[in-house]
Amino acid sequence: MKALLLRDIRLAVRAGGGFGLGLAFFLIVVVLVPFGVGPQSELLSRIAAGILWIGALLACLVSLDRIFALDWEDGSLDLLATAPLPMEAVAAIKGLAHWVTTGLPLVLAAPVLGVLLSLPAQGYGPLVLSLLLGTPGLSMIGAFGAALTVGLRRGGLLLSLLVLPLYVPTLIFGAEMARRGVDGQDYTTPMLMLAGITCGTIALLPFASAAVLRVNLR
Amino acid sequence: MASLWEYANPKKFIDTTDKVLPWVSVLAVLCLATGLIWGFFFTPDDFRQGSTVKIIYLHVPSALMAINAWIMMLLASLIWVVRRHHVSALAARAAAPVGVVMTVIALATGAIWGQPMWGTWWAWDPRLTSFLILFLFYLGYIALWEAIENDDTAADLTSILCIVGSVFALLSRYAVLFWNQGLHQGASLSLDKEENVADVFYFPLLVCIAGFVFLFIALVFLRTQTEIRARRMRALLARDRMEA
Amino acid sequence: MPELGKYAEAVLSSYAVSLVLLIALALFSWRRSVRVKNALKDIEGKRKSDA
Repeated sequence: MKALLLRDIRLAVRAGGGFGLGLAFFLIVVVLVPFGVGPQSELLSRIAAGILWIGALLACLVSLDRIFALDWEDGSLDLLATAPLPMEAVAAIKGLAHWVTTGLPLVLAAPVLGVLLSLPAQGYGPLVLSLLLGTPGLSMIGAFGAALTVGLRRGGLLLSLLVLPLYVPTLIFGAEMARRGVDGQDYTTPMLMLAGITCGTIALLPFASAAVLRVNLR
Repeated sequence: MASLWEYANPKKFIDTTDKVLPWVSVLAVLCLATGLIWGFFFTPDDFRQGSTVKIIYLHVPSALMAINAWIMMLLASLIWVVRRHHVSALAARAAAPVGVVMTVIALATGAIWGQPMWGTWWAWDPRLTSFLILFLFYLGYIALWEAIENDDTAADLTSILCIVGSVFALLSRYAVLFWNQGLHQGASLSLDKEENVADVFYFPLLVCIAGFVFLFIALVFLRTQTEIRARRMRALLARDRMEA
Repeated sequence: MPELGKYAEAVLSSYAVSLVLLIALALFSWRRSVRVKNALKDIEGKRKSDA
């Protein structure tokens, strides 16, 4: 399991593996928003938490199809299916690798981009915490979506259509938590809900992803 | 006693529904015509909402069926996953577009009613938002069916998506409630008499709901028959190609 | 025609939209059903005459 995780991370970091693309996408989205809504810093600081969440979610989304596509093309997914490792573990590890290479960098970059959007000082802690709690869930849901569309030639657009509705609860609680943090309110309730959803997806979705992968490999 | 699973045989399903379909269709048209004419011509205006109260006869039944169609798809998907009856998977596929139309009707009539009453076509109210999210789930489900060529693979993948999606749809419902308290009034129909709409509106509404239910059943029967035949056709064509 | 007052537009348009959508759905389902039924009959007939 550890070997698979390390292999996936190494493949992603290597040139052409797509590491950093998500990060660059996140940066571009955040830079474009002020062009769209205007440069007033009081307006930006009010919507900063929401923009950072949306940006992180989209950056996560654009890198999803890489989770299984490469292994599917070169046949290593078939090998993994016959390996002693259960498919559920493969799906979970793939999701984890996606989080380490995409979600975690996004969490670390968010405070820097918060400066660009004049995020209020007390908002940094809750924002980073909410992303840290939410992005693993996004990766696990994304792995499920990627598993669904892995056998399709033009699955990219379909993948977004399938995954985005599934992101709604995470986004609502994550952005709500960050927003309450910015306003200096108590954010315990959304934080617990967010953590609960993420734990639930980590515990249950690998089973769905594995079932889907088995169907696709049939 | 004949088991329910007998209808899992495609031929038996087509034979039986062929017999039932005309009756259900007539019932649907009859109930809809009675309910809508009763509601439209012979009920008084509400003292607050004026004549817009008449929209309830379309809005509530379609909203109800939009949710029920998804629940039916969920059950059919579960049956497919557990017992692998093709009719079940195809019935889920047949019901999805009906559910979409019901969702669109509920959203559209809601918007048309909201404009004069709330002063806005759209508000990010929990009920409205949940319906919009339900609409997105329907779209994803249908798109996945359309995208996959192999029938069995498509049935497997869409039923898993339907099951996972149901959990997330429910989660979204509560997330949205948490996110915004909203304008929408409480349930129009409930066992609690206090909360209910007045009797004058209640009875035509019940007839309309019955009409929508029968319409849904008729459409799902008809569309499932079509899906069964289309599937058989694809299988025959594939066999011909193999032999050639 | 009942007196709809100032909301006539809203009531009539919501009835129109709903009925058009429902009838369109029913018509599409019915037409596709007929088309598929005939196509299947053709194919099955051809197979029988071949055999």
